[in-house]
Amino acid sequence: MNTRRPEPRGATPRLSEAKSRDPFCGRQKRGPSATLGATALCRRVFLASAAAVTIMPFAVHATPEALAAAIKEVTGDAPLREGKVTLDVPPLVENGNAVPLTVSVESPMTAGDHVKAIHVFNEKNPQPHVFNAWLSPANGRAVVATRIKLADTQKVVAVAETSKGEFWTVHADVIVTIAACIEGVT
Amino acid sequence: MTGLRLAAVLIAVFTASFALAQGDGRRSGYQDMSPALQKMQDDDTANPAMLFVQAGASAWTEKAGAAGKSCADCHGDASSSMKGVAARYPAVAPETGQPVDLEGRINLCRTTRQLADPLAAESDGLLALGAYIALQSRGQPIAPPGDPRLSSLRAEGADLYKRRQGQLNLSCANCHDDNAGRKLAGASIPQGHPTGYPIYRLEWQALGSLKRRLRNCVVGLRAEPWPYEAREYLALESWLMVRARGLAIDAPAVRP
Amino acid sequence: MANVLVNAPKTAKKGQVVEIKALIMHVMETGFRPGTNGRIIPRNIIEDFSATWNGREIFRMKMSPAIAANPFVSFSAVASESGIIAFRWSGDEGFVAAHQVDITVT
Repeated sequence: MNTRRPEPRGATPRLSEAKSRDPFCGRQKRGPSATLGATALCRRVFLASAAAVTIMPFAVHATPEALAAAIKEVTGDAPLREGKVTLDVPPLVENGNAVPLTVSVESPMTAGDHVKAIHVFNEKNPQPHVFNAWLSPANGRAVVATRIKLADTQKVVAVAETSKGEFWTVHADVIVTIAACIEGVT
Repeated sequence: MTGLRLAAVLIAVFTASFALAQGDGRRSGYQDMSPALQKMQDDDTANPAMLFVQAGASAWTEKAGAAGKSCADCHGDASSSMKGVAARYPAVAPETGQPVDLEGRINLCRTTRQLADPLAAESDGLLALGAYIALQSRGQPIAPPGDPRLSSLRAEGADLYKRRQGQLNLSCANCHDDNAGRKLAGASIPQGHPTGYPIYRLEWQALGSLKRRLRNCVVGLRAEPWPYEAREYLALESWLMVRARGLAIDAPAVRP
Repeated sequence: MANVLVNAPKTAKKGQVVEIKALIMHVMETGFRPGTNGRIIPRNIIEDFSATWNGREIFRMKMSPAIAANPFVSFSAVASESGIIAFRWSGDEGFVAAHQVDITVT
């Protein structure tokens, strides 16, 4: 996918030192720009990975395949069509720990034609699942908002399941930067 | 002494210029945030710091200590009695003649009025009361008191602010004056005005004080952070409030 | 006691679609982070959130570790009748929280 990554700024030191900052330590920001931002543990891990560039330490993150499999679990063999779903998420966030996200689906929300469920997935967190929400005509509108964690710059996918058994989808790319001057040993 | 006098003059000059708060190029961290985070802060039904405010509101009326008194027993309705208070601290505590920040003031009330144990630095209890009190000053301009007993502390703070420290050998001013508005890695460097404390920092996934934020900066410089009770924080806080004079309080703020 | 902040209108016209927002204090520990001792901090999240209107379920959500700390959820509902909107959160380590609000529908 055309997921963009923030430009590494080699000359600029990252004024960051973390014990607790990284929700998925070891899987976030695997570039030269990230080295100083990791915990002592992550830094060691990073050095190990720098030595063997292609080997990802803690390689427990969702992959495009895991993402596809998670979506398949929901859709089964039904076709997944682009459209009807709107995913409102900022294109660039200052911190991946709480990314506001709203999913809305075009639907009359009547007994005969409504959205039964909204599922959200991600590409690069340790697990592809974000949430499943179940709706009914009692909701009036097919809209769900929450805040999610994104461990890295990545794709977020929303899937809506209708009462007619249709599946509609949309995805969005989110660039995640990290706050400067973060927590050290306290 | 010359240094102190110079600092005092500087403070006077800054104070005078800061009185013309609007349009002088100063920006709160709020203005440097993305619209998504501004929205998160603005909506009291979505701002996670409001969970702490709610806890603080109930702590306000809870009796504590051997005196069996609540904050409300002395101060009544916080929405009137605490309005503007957070905009004035650090200030000199009348009981001791010593400068305290708002958290120090809360703990003085606990130990001298409620006859209770002080609340620990960064404890939920202290942050919650701090957030509830700070909320009452929303929109109020920062107004450091003109108390001469604060001058030397402010001068110390101004000096610390400009002092290079840590393995990176940087001062607060190197980032927040010289490079404010530019990027540090992916993050935008704010001017460092303490308008919104205690803040819900996404990095922490929790509410935290200005001291905690200053510690993060100090660690960022690769310097050893002072212990929570150190005078250095009080000095820096005092100087930062003078530096931010006139800017509006937006506590409890959300910050990245 | 869990710290919960729910926002729903106190009154609504029958048939009106109202927005309901719920915030709850919870660490939402992912189970993927090492602690200061290098060991993974065990997962501790809220997994289920549901809302009922006079006992009838109107919304249900299954959360994962990718939901931010102090979870915030908003959804809408058709104002059907006066009564109680009740919320329930449950998750790891036996976590359960409940909250309810009254709504008058005219």
